[in-house]
Amino acid sequence: MQNQTDLSSLLFGRLSWEAIPYHEPILIATFLMVALGGGAVLALLTRFRLWGPLWRDWVTSIDHKRIGIMYVVLGLVMLLRGFADALMMRAQQAAAFGDSAGFLPPHHYDQVFTAHGVIMIFFVAMPLVTGLMNYVVPLQIGARDVAFPFLNNFSFWMTAFGGALIMVSLFVGEFARTGWLAYPPLSGIMASPDVGVDYYIWSLQIAGVGTTLSGINLIATIIKMRAPGMAMMKMPVFTWTALCTNVLIVAAFPILTAVLAMLSLDRMVGTHFFTSDLGGNAMMYVNLIWIWGHPEVYILVLPAFGIFSEVVSTFCGKRLFGYTSMVYATVVITILSYLVWLHHFFTMGSGASVNSFFGITTMIISIPTGAKIFNWLFTMYRGRIRFELPMMWTIAFMITFVIGGMTGVMLAVPPADFVLHNSLFLIAHFHNVIIGGVLFGMFAGINYWFPKAFGYKLDEFWGKMSFWFWTIGFYMAFMPLYVLGLMGVTRRLSHFDDPSLRIWFIIAAFGAVLIALGIGSMLVQFAVSYLRRAELRDFSGDPWNGRTLEWSTSSPPPAYNFAFTPRVHDNDTWADMKASQYQRPREGFAPIHMPKNTGAGFVIAALSAVAGFALIWQMWLVAGVGLAAMIAAAIVHTFNYQRDYYIPAEEVIRTEDERTRLLESYV
Amino acid sequence: MSEITLPAAGLAPADPSARFYVHEHHPEHGTMLGFWLYLMSDCLIFASLFAAYAVLGRNYAGGPSGAELFDLPLVAVNTSLLLLSSITYGFAMLEMQKGKMRATLVWLAVTGLLGAGFIGLELQEFVHLIHDGAGPQRSAFLTSFFALVGTHGLHVSFGIVWLLTLMAQVRKHGLTPENARRLMCLSMFWHFLDVVWIGVFTFVYLMGVLP
Amino acid sequence: MNAHPHDTAGHGHHDHDHGHDAHAHGSLRSYATGFALAVILTVIPFWLVMGKVFDKSSTAGFVLLGLAVVQIVVHMVYFLHMNTKSEGGWSMLALLFTSMVVLIMLSGSIWVMYHLNHNMMPGMMSETMHRDMP
Repeated sequence: MQNQTDLSSLLFGRLSWEAIPYHEPILIATFLMVALGGGAVLALLTRFRLWGPLWRDWVTSIDHKRIGIMYVVLGLVMLLRGFADALMMRAQQAAAFGDSAGFLPPHHYDQVFTAHGVIMIFFVAMPLVTGLMNYVVPLQIGARDVAFPFLNNFSFWMTAFGGALIMVSLFVGEFARTGWLAYPPLSGIMASPDVGVDYYIWSLQIAGVGTTLSGINLIATIIKMRAPGMAMMKMPVFTWTALCTNVLIVAAFPILTAVLAMLSLDRMVGTHFFTSDLGGNAMMYVNLIWIWGHPEVYILVLPAFGIFSEVVSTFCGKRLFGYTSMVYATVVITILSYLVWLHHFFTMGSGASVNSFFGITTMIISIPTGAKIFNWLFTMYRGRIRFELPMMWTIAFMITFVIGGMTGVMLAVPPADFVLHNSLFLIAHFHNVIIGGVLFGMFAGINYWFPKAFGYKLDEFWGKMSFWFWTIGFYMAFMPLYVLGLMGVTRRLSHFDDPSLRIWFIIAAFGAVLIALGIGSMLVQFAVSYLRRAELRDFSGDPWNGRTLEWSTSSPPPAYNFAFTPRVHDNDTWADMKASQYQRPREGFAPIHMPKNTGAGFVIAALSAVAGFALIWQMWLVAGVGLAAMIAAAIVHTFNYQRDYYIPAEEVIRTEDERTRLLESYV
Repeated sequence: MSEITLPAAGLAPADPSARFYVHEHHPEHGTMLGFWLYLMSDCLIFASLFAAYAVLGRNYAGGPSGAELFDLPLVAVNTSLLLLSSITYGFAMLEMQKGKMRATLVWLAVTGLLGAGFIGLELQEFVHLIHDGAGPQRSAFLTSFFALVGTHGLHVSFGIVWLLTLMAQVRKHGLTPENARRLMCLSMFWHFLDVVWIGVFTFVYLMGVLP
Repeated sequence: MNAHPHDTAGHGHHDHDHGHDAHAHGSLRSYATGFALAVILTVIPFWLVMGKVFDKSSTAGFVLLGLAVVQIVVHMVYFLHMNTKSEGGWSMLALLFTSMVVLIMLSGSIWVMYHLNHNMMPGMMSETMHRDMP
């Protein structure tokens, strides 16, 4: 009947049983693994009655430390998915020569490289970076939490649900086949009428809201909540890089939001922003999205630079060389990152004057980064270097990132870029800087701050295994790509005819296997560390002889971070305190004002995912209800004025006495 | 730039460690700064839409142009409504500072009505345009017009919802510090939307009818 | 700018967490002044266009944009109470940084897209504006 069809199309849109990929064996196998693994996790949670604690202590937590850990966990889990995509690509490219078509048809391969890029940038790198900043910055500035703890929780869940939506695209429908930036006209409704690009758009829009709000949160935190005496030029370098990163986030992500909204209007409503007809201009998309895209890569790498600064000064036992120039370099990079974006599309015909301008600015922006490298080297000079894992990752970074940076300067030369653009040389370059810079930085940071977060160090043997597998694996996987790129091989191809290229792809595939072993070793490292945690325990809270305030707290810190807010007199505050024979206060504790946990963030984010899924599948009724429910839930939340409580003085006394006891017994 | 002044220690001078901590510390509220930063991010969304309009705004695709479509007297009326609503919100803030709840609510209500009038007229304009075959699907010019003006209208509409919610909360809890902060945030939002409208009526409407 | 003395009676609602009031307020006079200026700065551009006062569109365009900038400043000062003191100067810094990014976005996009269109879509460009593009 007419009414029934209308209602069912309002309810279900274009969703049907055909959306499930029955005929794709790889996906069926993946689904079975996920179902089994997921089922096991759910069973264990039930068996050990962990649902209550999970909801109370983690899902609804507004504690920046818990939220930071959840971000890092999200990033590492998504690393497994993104890397599975990478393994599939390497395998396909090593196999598919001449008559052999490999095992991934182009229709599938195109989704793999798109998902790989989107997941690695938005759901691995961004969460890792955000997680570490979230965990560390309030501790480094002597604060008890971020400026807007509820917003922090909400931001995390928006990111997580954005990632969930992408994962759903594996099993319900398909993903985009456009590459990670989804250029129109390919991503327009004519060329990509299916749900793939819509999954792309809505998962990024949802995650993007989380990221932008997180940016606002951390800027306000750093500006307003520093301990007394911590002037801007007395902040730790990681906090400086976090500030500049979050400025970039707030000043760049809205552009992504606007551009994706315009693309979705083109697709859903038939507007003409980026179409080929009726006055649209696809290059406007490319232009706008790279105005976002270039700051984005600095958002990823600046926190890594901050981590390296902390690690180098700690593990060389010296104050960082050139603090002032480090700060200025970071700020200059922040500003200059808005003046280089066209280098991502030199070849699109803007002409000599435009290309020269952006080529020059791109070369200029490499200078402040060079200054940083020299500062790190000068810090190491005449220091007492301890080759713990964070320092090992840092040294690997310095070598690897410099190589990647140099190939970047090569690409900055427009005539050279005309040859190298969209070749495997470009792929090698950006993996070189993202893996060598961002990922090695995250691994350094995780090894460095893990003891603070969990109270025990990470196992060193498996950490070193992971390090060597990753480092050797990276070079094996990507140096061949530079060679292939110089020989003219284009990116995103799933099949080749020239057999002389094959050896390079095979070497690269081996490299990928080594990296897989590196990831596996890291997982083993986590497991073994947990099992050996009694031996690896950090009693003092300061396992590395650190220099900044986070090391003055216990490992893990109490919920309130600091019983008394620290007062700062110099850079490297904790080093200053230790040098002055600082003694922890043992009395005079007062009740501490803290924000309450809440489920509102999770609920609103979950509703946004429902609305996003509904928009993707054109289930208009569900989408409308979902959006209305989101607004209603937000309004209801604003009527809650009871958002805080006091930790009683007795509890603070108990916690601090326990710490005193631990410190004394350890000595 | 923001050298934080050290409060008096008030501890036994014999304890050298006392210089490294404070007993009572109340961090300043970050709400106003946080909201201002959100407004800056919103500025960039509008900037993207303005950029799209700047690039696509003359692509008529053989269809109608701004000169043919825009009803400038209507735009003038709309501009007046929004500008008036800015000053009535200002009056609401003055009453709030004096602690006068009823007067605050009255001026808020007036602001809301003026905003609703703005939205009503704008919706009417959109309906007319679509009815005359000049909807957002007609050309890139119209696409970017509807997107920019429509996004602004959407923001005003959210502002009205927020205003109504705040009015209910002020009635319920009074002019508490929390509600005062919220009213100041809405104030910033409302004035910011008027600032964006200056860009809209200048760049879209007035310059749009120029040959 | 808005240097009117605060009413002592009007501060009952402020937080007592910090001893000083960091948030600027308006007064009836400042709102009225801002409103009057805004009205004038609105009437003039409408009159300029509706009365077809300028021959050249580019002149009209520049004047309109100039007036808009002035009115935005008026709004910032009189309605948003923008000054170099609020939030320790961070509000102003945030505004300046955002303005810089907006300027780069707008001018950069117009410049880049003009060149792209000119080189890659000959015959499609409207030549009325951007005659003297660098």
